[in-house]
Amino acid sequence: MIEGLLLGLAAAVTPFNLMMVVMGCVIGTLIGMLPGLGPMSIIAIMIPIAISIGDPASALILLSGVYYGAIFGGSTSSILLNAPGVAGTVATSFDGYPMARKGMAGKALTIAAVASFAGGTIGTILLMIFAPALSSVALLFHSAEYFALMVVGLSAIAAFAGTGQVGKALMMTILGLMMGTVGEGALSNMPRFTFGIMELQSGFSFITLAMAMFALPEALFLVMNPGRAATGAGGKITNLRISRAEARTIAPVIGRQSIQGFFIGVLPGAGATIASFLGYAVERNLAKGKEQEEFGHGSIKGLAAPESANNAACSGSFVPLLTLGIPGSGTTAILLGALLALSVTPGPRLMIDEPDVFWAVIISMYIGNLVLLMLNLPLIPYIAKILTIPRQYLIPFILFFTLMGSYIGQNNSTELLILVGFGVIATILRFADYPLAPLLIGFILGTMMEDNFARAMQLYRGFDFILERPMTLALLVLAAILVVLPSYRARRARLRAAVVADGD
Amino acid sequence: MNTYGWTRRAMLAAATATLAFSGMAKADQMMGQVHFLIPGGAGGGWDGTARGTGEALVNAGLIGSATYENLSGGGGGVAIASLIENAASSDGTLMVNSTPIVIRALTGEISQSFRDLTPVAGTVGDYAAIVVKADSPITSMADALAMYRADGMDFAIGGGSVPGGMDHLVAAIVMQAAGEDPTAFNYIGYDAGGEAMAGLLSGEIDALSTGFSEAIALSDQGVVRILGVTAPERVPASADTPTFAEQGIDAQFVNWRGFFAAPGMDGAKVQAYQDLLAAMMETPEWETVRASMGLVNIYRPGAEFTEFLEAQETQLGDLMRELGFL
Repeated sequence: MIEGLLLGLAAAVTPFNLMMVVMGCVIGTLIGMLPGLGPMSIIAIMIPIAISIGDPASALILLSGVYYGAIFGGSTSSILLNAPGVAGTVATSFDGYPMARKGMAGKALTIAAVASFAGGTIGTILLMIFAPALSSVALLFHSAEYFALMVVGLSAIAAFAGTGQVGKALMMTILGLMMGTVGEGALSNMPRFTFGIMELQSGFSFITLAMAMFALPEALFLVMNPGRAATGAGGKITNLRISRAEARTIAPVIGRQSIQGFFIGVLPGAGATIASFLGYAVERNLAKGKEQEEFGHGSIKGLAAPESANNAACSGSFVPLLTLGIPGSGTTAILLGALLALSVTPGPRLMIDEPDVFWAVIISMYIGNLVLLMLNLPLIPYIAKILTIPRQYLIPFILFFTLMGSYIGQNNSTELLILVGFGVIATILRFADYPLAPLLIGFILGTMMEDNFARAMQLYRGFDFILERPMTLALLVLAAILVVLPSYRARRARLRAAVVADGD
Repeated sequence: MNTYGWTRRAMLAAATATLAFSGMAKADQMMGQVHFLIPGGAGGGWDGTARGTGEALVNAGLIGSATYENLSGGGGGVAIASLIENAASSDGTLMVNSTPIVIRALTGEISQSFRDLTPVAGTVGDYAAIVVKADSPITSMADALAMYRADGMDFAIGGGSVPGGMDHLVAAIVMQAAGEDPTAFNYIGYDAGGEAMAGLLSGEIDALSTGFSEAIALSDQGVVRILGVTAPERVPASADTPTFAEQGIDAQFVNWRGFFAAPGMDGAKVQAYQDLLAAMMETPEWETVRASMGLVNIYRPGAEFTEFLEAQETQLGDLMRELGFL
């Protein structure tokens, strides 16, 4: 491995390749900040440029830089505007946006940057050490386990079932699951619940729904409620730096979630989204008392968890790509296309046949993460200033990017109607105090859950897979614990409080 | 989530779209500009084919410039409807499409069919293949069939499409040609080719129906073994791979890609497009694009293309009726 590292260093650390890393990171971050343009579209745009470079290592270094940069930049719109541009940063907005509203936008961005850096770097170290060994782990999961994993992911909604909100959160989740069934389903290519509307045949687009649920109601609230400033602290951005106590609080979270996120990312098809939701749910359950209550209201742990998890998962997704030639996500599928076009065939023999490419990519991931951190930290005060823009300018700005983000994905004006329609519904639901995040979680996980459930049922011709596959059973039990534990704890706390009161 | 099926074939096509930057205007320019209408999003298979074709045309100097428009939705239906609706102003437009237009028109997912458009030419195609894990005891289609006969429903064949989609139909064509009941085997559908491949390698499914170009790449890496290809004769890119025909199974199928123009287009104009595409396929610029996509040239212009589409419609329609999807 040391030999490989040196080989990779020699290939990656040339002035030209370093320039590629920096260029990729800058482009990725800047475009990734715009809602609606996720890593997949940015990489698709960059591929012709990468291919014209000719050298596979340089091209891949550029594209990985773009990939990381986009994930890095993607959290910015989640935190500042409540407009997650990719599914992997939805969980970031749960606590990142409340923090920004409390006037801690700068701190939130700093935590996101540090957590992303740590997640990416730890993920890369794990990739380097375990990549060959992990190719078999990636194949341990069958459809039954994927289904169970989605159920575990769904338990993240328990985090939103605050006091008296359990029923509402469940209703929203079920609504999200129902919306996930619109379009062509897992069992046949016949459209379901499209009401004959052709545009609905491929289902609702994630970005449109995310904008409608989060960003649009937020902008409407700003319009309707003149007293509600974009930042809670009268437009002042304070507290850029993380205090020592805060660093101690989030360090274990980042450590745990970097490792957990990486291993979830290794599974083809699971990826950054599941990793971020699971990371959020797990950390919320691990947190105690007051810290747990803070989740959803601007908890630094709640922000650090999904940010480290989704970046670590990105490194993890390179395992099946580089060692088996299997793309685990849309983004890695595009990367695979670029590799093949450069006459590099990923697979078990890549490390043997073209070790320089393999190691150069890994080294460039380290460098990319470092560049991103150095690039982003000094910029944070300026980026956070977006929120100090006077509201009469800020609101049109949010609306513009919301509409644009939803249109770019499909190039289809029907998306705009769907966006506005659901935006209005979401605003009404918000007035009635219904949490909207569970709806989005249900929608994202629902489709994958149904697909895998259908396959498992078909392979085992019934529910036998739950008992015949121990890992499935274990995951389902874990999901049940994650759901029940918070309310059990709350109940115990109430009982204890009652006893104390009686004692008085 | 992702509904376009990010397959290796698709991505490869997108990636190589602008591979050939070298060509200068050598041949005589045949047309000023071509506008490509792509029924799916950036990065998909249709996108790659259109952009690859456009780049080859421009780099070979056959046209001045190419523009692209991604109009996704309705499994391609939105773009078709738009081309028909704007037929009067779409003289300069070519829409890329492929086998799914035939399948989706049969199921009614798309309310129009290729008959409502002007078929210009089919240009490239990808054969289909059945593969197993490289370390599988199955070494030929006969082995696979023997195992299927012994295990019945426990022998699962997967693919990167829903039941009733292309990969399922290919598997059914092979089973039918081998004398088996095409409705009886256990087909497991995946969302995308990559996930289906993971399913095969994890041992969840026993065999996989997939695109041949995709199969070659993984077979070269020693990950999978190709049992047979649906080509009429062996494909030069993988000469060691037997066809189904030589194993006594008369299963032929090609997933074509081609171009359509607006309905009612002037015959001379259609002819000009056909000449343009025919000229392109002779150029080294196109050869670069084609080779990197791993596809085979199947140039079929106008009436020949229509005939081919009708034959495929009959082949797939009969099968889908038998399978109960129509």
